Amino acid sequence: MTSSIEEPASVRPVPSAVRQARRGNSLGRLVARRILLGFGLLIAASMLIFGGVEALPGDFASTYLGQDATPQAIANIREELGLDRPMAERYLSWLGGIAQGDFGTSWSNRNSVGDQIWKRLGNSLLLAGVAALIAIPLALALGMVAVLYRNRIPDRVISLLSLAAISLPEFFIGYLLIQFFTVQLGFASFPATVYDGMGLGERLATIVLPVMTLVIVVLAHMMRMTRSAIMNVMSSPYVETAELKGLSALRIIAEHAAPNAVAPVVTVIALNLAALVVGVVVVEVVFVYPGIGQYMVDAVTVRDMPVVQGCGLIFAALYIVLNMVADIVSILANPRLRHPR
Amino acid sequence: MTLRSMPISARIGLAGILFVFACAIFAPIIAPYDESAIVGEVWAPMGGDFLLGTDNLGRDLLSRLIYGARATLFVALSATVISFSIGMFLSFTAVVSGGVVDQVLSRLNDLLMSVPALILALVVLAVLPQNIWILIVVMAVIDSTRVYRIGRAVALDVSVMDFVEAAWLRGEGKLWIIFREILPNTLAPLLGEFGLRFAFSILFLSTLSFLGLGIQPPIADWGGMVKDNKDGIIFGVSASLTPGAAIAFLVVCVNLVVDWLINTTSSLKGARDNA
Repeated sequence: MTSSIEEPASVRPVPSAVRQARRGNSLGRLVARRILLGFGLLIAASMLIFGGVEALPGDFASTYLGQDATPQAIANIREELGLDRPMAERYLSWLGGIAQGDFGTSWSNRNSVGDQIWKRLGNSLLLAGVAALIAIPLALALGMVAVLYRNRIPDRVISLLSLAAISLPEFFIGYLLIQFFTVQLGFASFPATVYDGMGLGERLATIVLPVMTLVIVVLAHMMRMTRSAIMNVMSSPYVETAELKGLSALRIIAEHAAPNAVAPVVTVIALNLAALVVGVVVVEVVFVYPGIGQYMVDAVTVRDMPVVQGCGLIFAALYIVLNMVADIVSILANPRLRHPR
Repeated sequence: MTLRSMPISARIGLAGILFVFACAIFAPIIAPYDESAIVGEVWAPMGGDFLLGTDNLGRDLLSRLIYGARATLFVALSATVISFSIGMFLSFTAVVSGGVVDQVLSRLNDLLMSVPALILALVVLAVLPQNIWILIVVMAVIDSTRVYRIGRAVALDVSVMDFVEAAWLRGEGKLWIIFREILPNTLAPLLGEFGLRFAFSILFLSTLSFLGLGIQPPIADWGGMVKDNKDGIIFGVSASLTPGAAIAFLVVCVNLVVDWLINTTSSLKGARDNA
């Protein structure tokens, strides 16, 4: 079984949208309801990120100034940072600002958090996007190979390798690749620093190793999930019936198995894209890549709250949206989820 | 589920886990040097006095690896145990109580799970003081949301069984139902889940330590050791790869045992094939 930063498919409970779907009615309303739910979750997550930080013990002003700060100095800095206003007011102005793309200013260097986030978000999405473009087709193909040769040697090899891959910490994979490709072969560059004005080709050449790391991390999970999703469909009675009435393997897959496998496979893809978005955090730190994950980790170590909250919200939003897309595609692809049972 | 019926892979896994535990328990006896003693030059190569070489400050890597097993295992195991206690108690309470309690707990759980675990941990650890117990509790609470989901699903299956109904009719209280009726009948499937969460905790802790937010120096832990030595990689110093390999070894072993556990418990129930 898997042990991952995010959840394997087999333990995924019935999505809330599916629960709602069983209560019934039209497709449009179902999708609209799921979108509304996603939006609600987003607001709730923003409260969690903002409010949780505020409710926890520990005060930035006293940490910032050290043990022997005078109460007056603490009060001054609290006022300067706006910490003296009531929490609800600060939350609303924070959220209002974000709606206009303003994430506030960093406590440590007084730069605009929004500018940094937008600049770095592009870098991070490039990394995750390229990794996804490679990992998705590869995972689907390997998953199908595993099903085709189930319980035979190719399947065994694939599942053994993927067990190994999910057991390796992301940073270990990264350093292994650096050790092998950069130090031994002198082939790829490290650190993977990209800067403004770099052409796309140059950028892609720089991020070879981080992309490879991400692909390995996400591939193992995706393959295992694809394998069990397709296996589920292939072991169903209607596929057996199709086999018994003498249809060719190709027709069985194209006409009977594929339409039913779309929903689980798309769910697998969306879930792993979500895992990928979070996976960039560690990979960016390993490769000193100027993305949003590294920005967040740096901010956490110096307790720069506006940056932490802004980045946290971006990550949460991407994650929530991808999960929502997964649910919506499942509703669209599988008519059974639309009707009450 | 006897030792004799164990496949070779699970035996290897179990032996590996026991080996790491033995290292952790007998660390002061086995380790050639003290964990924080500077005994040689910086990044000495493998061999000679130092079997695995030295780290970025000239401490013996093998000794730190052995002591590191202590911190890594202690924190990961405590976090898993606490997360299971919280997650199972809350999920069983939700199932037994039903209605509003179930709704509130489940929606709260959905909310916590809507933010990725690592991101939530980063946000929370940014505010809290750095302390090993706080780290354990944060890891446990975040992980307990995953336990809650599975616990609730499993308990829901059991709670509709006749013997639970009989207990209700006998007039037993909620706590009796939770601990005497549901808990014993969910332990087998949840055992595999425990191993899974333990493997996850080891990886999660190592990731946090690697990012500098987990176990704090001078205590040795495997993730932190990778972080300490990461600058050496570009000079071909393998000091950061060794602790990484130790993490991988332990997690592979745990996963091998978990695979076997899940296969045995699921074949008893006849469900969850091929997964």
